[in-house]
Amino acid sequence: MKEIAWLLPALPLAGFIINGLGRKYIPKTLAGIIGSATVLGAFIIGIMLFMQVHETQQGQVLNYYRWLSVGSLVVDLGLYVDQLSAWMILIITGIGFLIHVYSMGYMSHDEGHNKFFAYLNLFVFFMLVLVMGSNYPMMFIGWEGVGLCSYLLIGFWNTNTNYNNAAKKAFVMNRIGDLGFLLGMFMIYYNFGSLDYNTVFAKVAGFEINSPVLVAIALLLFVGAMGKSAQLPLYTWLPDAMAGPTPVSALIHAATMVTAGIYMIVRSNIIYTLAPHAQDVVMVVGLATSIFAAVIGLKQNDIKKVLAYSTVSQLGLMFMALGVGAYSSAMFHVTTHAFFKALLFLGSGSVIHAMGGEQDMRFMGGLKKKLPITFITFLLGTLAICGIPPLSGFFSKDEILLNAFMASPVIWSLAVISSLITTIYMLRLLFVTFYGKFRGTHEQEHHLHESPASMTIPLVILCILAVFGGLLNVPEIFGGNAWAHHYFSGMIISTGEEHGHHVSHATEFILMGVMLTLIAAAFVVLRNKYITKGAVPEKDEEMTGFTKLIGNKFMVDEIYDFFIVKPAYLMSSALYYVAELKFIDLIVNAIGDGIVGLGRIFRRLQTGNIGFYIFTMVLSIVAILVFKYFVV
Amino acid sequence: MDYTTIILLAIPLLSIPLLYLLPRAFAKHVALTSSLASAAFLLYVFYELFTICNCKTFQFTFNEVWVKSLGINFHLSMDGISMLMLLLTNLAVPLIILSSYNSPQGNTRGLFGLILLMQASLLGVFMAADSFLFYLFYELALVPVFFIILNWGGENKGRINLKFFIYTLAGSLLMLVAIIFLYLQTGDSATFNIRSFYTLSLTANQQGLVFWGFMLAFAVKIPLFPFHTWQPATYTVAPTQGTMLLSGLMLKMALYGIFRFVIPITPLAVEQWGSTIMVLAVIGVVYGAWIAIAQNNIKTLFAYSSLSHVGLIAAGMFTLTTQGLQGGLFQMVAHGFNAVGLFMVADILGRRLGTYELNKMGGIARQAPKFAILFFIILLGAVALPLTNGFVGEFLLLLGIFSYSKVMAGIAGLTIILGAVYMLNTYQKSMFGEANETTANFKDLTVTEMLVLVPIAAIILGAGIFPELFMKLTELPVETMLTKLSAGAVK
Amino acid sequence: MKEVVQGIPLNYYLALSTVLFSIGVLGVLFRRNAIIILMCVELMLNSVNLLLVAFSAFHGDAKAQVFVFFIMIVAAAEVAVGLALMVLIYRNIKSLDIDFLNKLKW
Repeated sequence: MKEIAWLLPALPLAGFIINGLGRKYIPKTLAGIIGSATVLGAFIIGIMLFMQVHETQQGQVLNYYRWLSVGSLVVDLGLYVDQLSAWMILIITGIGFLIHVYSMGYMSHDEGHNKFFAYLNLFVFFMLVLVMGSNYPMMFIGWEGVGLCSYLLIGFWNTNTNYNNAAKKAFVMNRIGDLGFLLGMFMIYYNFGSLDYNTVFAKVAGFEINSPVLVAIALLLFVGAMGKSAQLPLYTWLPDAMAGPTPVSALIHAATMVTAGIYMIVRSNIIYTLAPHAQDVVMVVGLATSIFAAVIGLKQNDIKKVLAYSTVSQLGLMFMALGVGAYSSAMFHVTTHAFFKALLFLGSGSVIHAMGGEQDMRFMGGLKKKLPITFITFLLGTLAICGIPPLSGFFSKDEILLNAFMASPVIWSLAVISSLITTIYMLRLLFVTFYGKFRGTHEQEHHLHESPASMTIPLVILCILAVFGGLLNVPEIFGGNAWAHHYFSGMIISTGEEHGHHVSHATEFILMGVMLTLIAAAFVVLRNKYITKGAVPEKDEEMTGFTKLIGNKFMVDEIYDFFIVKPAYLMSSALYYVAELKFIDLIVNAIGDGIVGLGRIFRRLQTGNIGFYIFTMVLSIVAILVFKYFVV
Repeated sequence: MDYTTIILLAIPLLSIPLLYLLPRAFAKHVALTSSLASAAFLLYVFYELFTICNCKTFQFTFNEVWVKSLGINFHLSMDGISMLMLLLTNLAVPLIILSSYNSPQGNTRGLFGLILLMQASLLGVFMAADSFLFYLFYELALVPVFFIILNWGGENKGRINLKFFIYTLAGSLLMLVAIIFLYLQTGDSATFNIRSFYTLSLTANQQGLVFWGFMLAFAVKIPLFPFHTWQPATYTVAPTQGTMLLSGLMLKMALYGIFRFVIPITPLAVEQWGSTIMVLAVIGVVYGAWIAIAQNNIKTLFAYSSLSHVGLIAAGMFTLTTQGLQGGLFQMVAHGFNAVGLFMVADILGRRLGTYELNKMGGIARQAPKFAILFFIILLGAVALPLTNGFVGEFLLLLGIFSYSKVMAGIAGLTIILGAVYMLNTYQKSMFGEANETTANFKDLTVTEMLVLVPIAAIILGAGIFPELFMKLTELPVETMLTKLSAGAVK
Repeated sequence: MKEVVQGIPLNYYLALSTVLFSIGVLGVLFRRNAIIILMCVELMLNSVNLLLVAFSAFHGDAKAQVFVFFIMIVAAAEVAVGLALMVLIYRNIKSLDIDFLNKLKW
C-alpha cells in the first residue's frame, strides 16, 4: 500500500506542475486531458486503497519522510489511509474527475484554460493531502492549501474587482478559522505532546468526559471548521465565492473543500464524543446556520447564489448531525450532498453557459425544452436534495433527522423546518428556471443550446450517483444493512446515541411521513404559484419589509462591513496618524529636538570674550582644588 | 590555526580594492563574482560542518591576540547558529548585488564597495567569538548603510538617515557599556571572550543592568515596538539595496545578539524581564500588521509588515522553548529572504512605474505573468502559507509562544489574519484589476530580475518543504543552551 | 650647583613660585593686552619650571629637569606661534585688546 499511496496526491501535483509550467505551450485539449487523466489515475489508485481498507477494516499510517522535528515536536510527512480517508479520496477524485471533464467543455473558450486546469489539479492535490495526512499539521497544510486554491479560483477572472474582493474575503475569513485551528493544534500538542492522530486519540481516551482541555480543543478546532465549512458567523464568503467559474463552485464550494470541516470533526470524533459541551455548540451552530441560510435562500434570484445558500444550509445540517453524534450519517450526507450538489452546480453551469453568462433566474424560464438533458438531471438533483424517496438525499437526510429526533424532538422539528425551506427554495428555483415562458432577450433565445457532450456526460453520471447514491446506506427498515454505517463504525467512537436507544419502526415511519407530507404540500403550493399562475419573483426594488430584509441577506455583509471592516481600517489609519506619528515618533523626535534645544541655550555661554573664558577657567580650577582638598 | 573564517572575511574585503583597480564598468561584475565566491566557499564550509555535524561546538576557530593589554583577541569561530546566519548573509548578498544591476546606481563602484563592506561586517558579527570584535563589526555595519542611504536615498534622506544613525548608535553605546561591564567582571583573566562571559556569576541586579544594556541596543535595531519609528521612514527613503540590507540582514544581527548574549549571560534577568519584552514584541506584531493594512506606499507597507514579523521572532525567542528558539532562528533566515524578495518586488514596481503608490497601480498580472507568479510565491512566504518557509517559522514561534502564554499566542496569532489582509490587498491593488495609464506598458521581468526572484522563490518553497535541514543546524546549540539554562535554574 | 640650590631652604622656592604663579594668573585675568597676557602665561610656566628644578635638586632626581626642558621648548614654540598670531591680529584690527576679539562665538 505504501508504494502506491503516495502516487495519489503526487499525480495531481504532477498535473499542476506540467500544466502550470507549460501553460503557454500545451494546447488546450492536451492540458484538459492531462488535468483529467491525473485525477482519473488518482481515482483508480483510490479504488485500490479503498478495497484494501474495506478488506482489512483498519487504518494504516504510511510515513515517508520527516518534515520537521523540533524538540519533542515531530511531524512526519505521512499519509493515513483508513475508512474515512479512503472514502473521502473517492469523493474527491471521483467527483473531481467528472468536474475536470466538465470543465474541458465549460472553459474551452477561456483564455486562462490551462491555468484553470493547473489550479484545479493543485486543489485536488491539497485536498488529498488534507484528508490523507497522518497528523494535524498535514491536515493543516492541505487545509490552507485548498484555501489558497479557492482564493485563486474565485478570483480566476482577476480583472474584475468584485471577484477579487470575493476571493480575498474567502481567504481572510478562512484565515480567521485557521487561527482557531492553529490554536487548537497548539492546545493538542501542549496537552498530549504529539500531533499524530493515533498518539493523540490514544491519549484523549484517557480523559474524563467534558474535561476543559477537550472542550477547548474541540471548540478551537470547530472555529477552523466554521471558517472552512462556512458556518455562522463565518459563512458570508461562500455565497460571494460564486464569483468563480461554475465548475469551481461545484468542486470546491459544494462537493469537497467545504466539507473539510466535517471531515475534521469526524476525524477527531473521539475528542468531540468526550466533549459533549462542545458537541452541543456544534449542534446549535449547525442548526442555526442551516435555518438561517435556508431562509436567505428563499429570496435569492441568482441561481448560483441559491445553490450557495443551500450548500451553507446543508453543511449546517451536517454539523447538526455531528453535534448529536451521528458521525457516519454526516459522512453519508457529505457523500450524497457531493453528488447532488455537484450535479446542481454543473447543471446551473450548463444553464449559464447556454444563457451566455446570465445568472438571474428572473430572466430565464421555459428552458425545459431547450436543454433537455440539463433539465432532467437538474430535476433529479432537485428531487434528491428535497429528499424524495428513493433518491439519495432521502436516505441521508432521513438518517440525520432520525438521529436528531433521538437527541431531542425539538432539534428534529427545527431540522424539519430547515429541510422544508430547502424544498421550497429548490422547487422555486426549478420551476422559475425551467418552466413557464422564456423571459430573456431574443438574442439569448436564439443562442439557447444544449451543452456539449463533455459537459452533459458528467451531468448524467452525477445524476445516476445522485439517484442511486442512497443505496450505499439503506437503513434496516427498508431491508437494507446500512452498509456505510458499518463501514465507518471501525473508526468512530460513539457514545451510543447512534446505536443506543433505538426508536421503533413505527416512529421512524411516522417521522418520514411527516416530512414527506410537508414536502408534498410545498410541492403543490409552489406548483400552483409558479407553474399554474406563472408567477415570477419580484424585482429587487419591489421587495418590501421582511422580504426585502431576506433579499438583502439580513444585511449581514453590511453589518460586518460597518462593525468590523470599516473600524479596522479606520483604526489602522488612526494608529498610523495618531499613535505612530503624533505620539511615539513625536517622543523620539522630541528627544532629538530637546538636545538640539539645550545646545541652543548653552551656546549662549560662548560669549567670545577671552577674559570671560579665562576667568571661568581659573574659577573652575580653584573650585576643583577646593572640592578636592576641603570638601572630600 | 584554522583560516576558514579569515578567508570568509577576506573575500569581500579584498574585493573592494579590486573594484577600484578595474574599470568602472566591471564594478558590478567584480562584486557579483566576489559574492558568488563567498557563497560557494561558504557552501563548501557548510558541507564540511554538516558532515562533521557537530554543530554544538564551535568549529573553524581562529584565535590571535590582538590587543594584549586589554585582553582583546581576534577570535572568530562558528557553530550551527552562526552557520545559519552566514548562509543567510552569503546567499542573500549575491541577490542584492544582482538586484542593483539595472538600477540607476548600478554603474557606480561605491555602492558595491559598500555592499561588500556590509557583507564583511555581517560575517564578522556572526563569527565573532570576542565581544569586542562583535561590537566592532556591529557598528561597522552601520557605516555602509549610512552612506548608501546618503548617496542614493529618496526624498528627505538627510534628516531620516541621521535619525536612523543616531538612534541605532545611541542604542549600541549602551551595549558597549554592558560589554565593558562584563569585561570588568572577568577579573584577573580580563578577557572579552564571549564564552567566558557565560561562566560569570552575576547577581540578579547586575544581570538586570546588563540585560537592559543589551536589550535597548537590540530593541532599537530589531526594531521592537516602541523603538521602531526610525524604521518605516528609513526603509521607505533608502534605495532598495539599502532596504534589503537593512531588513533582510542587518536587523538579524540584533536577534542573533539576543541569542548569543542576552539569553545565556543574563538568564535571571530574562526570567524577570522576558515577559516585558514579549509583551512589547507582541504589541509590535499586531501594531505593525494593523498599520500596514491601510498603507498606500508599498515600501512603507512592507516596512510595517517587517516590524510585525520580527516582533514575532523576538517574542518567540524569549519563550525559551525549543520551538520558540529554533523557530526564531529559522524565521530569521526565512524573513531575510522574504524581505529581500518583497523589496525587490517593490523596486521593480517602483522603477517601472515611477511610483510606489498602490492606488496608482493595477492590472499588472496580465501583462507580466512571470512577475505575477514570483511575486505571489514570495507573498505566500510572507503570509506564512504551509509549504513555504514563513509557515515553518511562524508555526514554531506561535507554538513556542503558546506554551508560554495562551493569551499572547492568541493575540500574536492575529498576524496570520492581518497578514493575509494587507498582503492580499497589496497584491490585488497592484496586480489585479484593469491596467491603467501608469501600468499599461509594464514590461515583464528581465533575465537579471528573474535571476534574483527565482532563487528566492526556490528558497521559500525549498525551506518550507524541507525545513529539517535547517533545523539540524540549530538543534544542538539550542538544546545545549536550554540544558545549561535549566541546570542554572536548578542551582 | 646642587649645593648652591640647596643653600636656600625649599620653602623659599615654594613661596617664590607661588608668588610668580599668582602674578601670572592675575595678569592673565586682569590685563587686556594680548601680549601682556602671553607674557603672564610665560611667567606661570617659568614659575613651574623653577619649582621643578628646586624639587629635582632637593630630591636628587634628574627626571624633573627633563620636564623643564620640555616646557621650555614648548614655551618657545608657543611664543613663536602666539606672537605670529598677535601680529596677524594687529594687522587686521589694529588693536591687541582682547575685548575686541569676541568674534568666535555661537
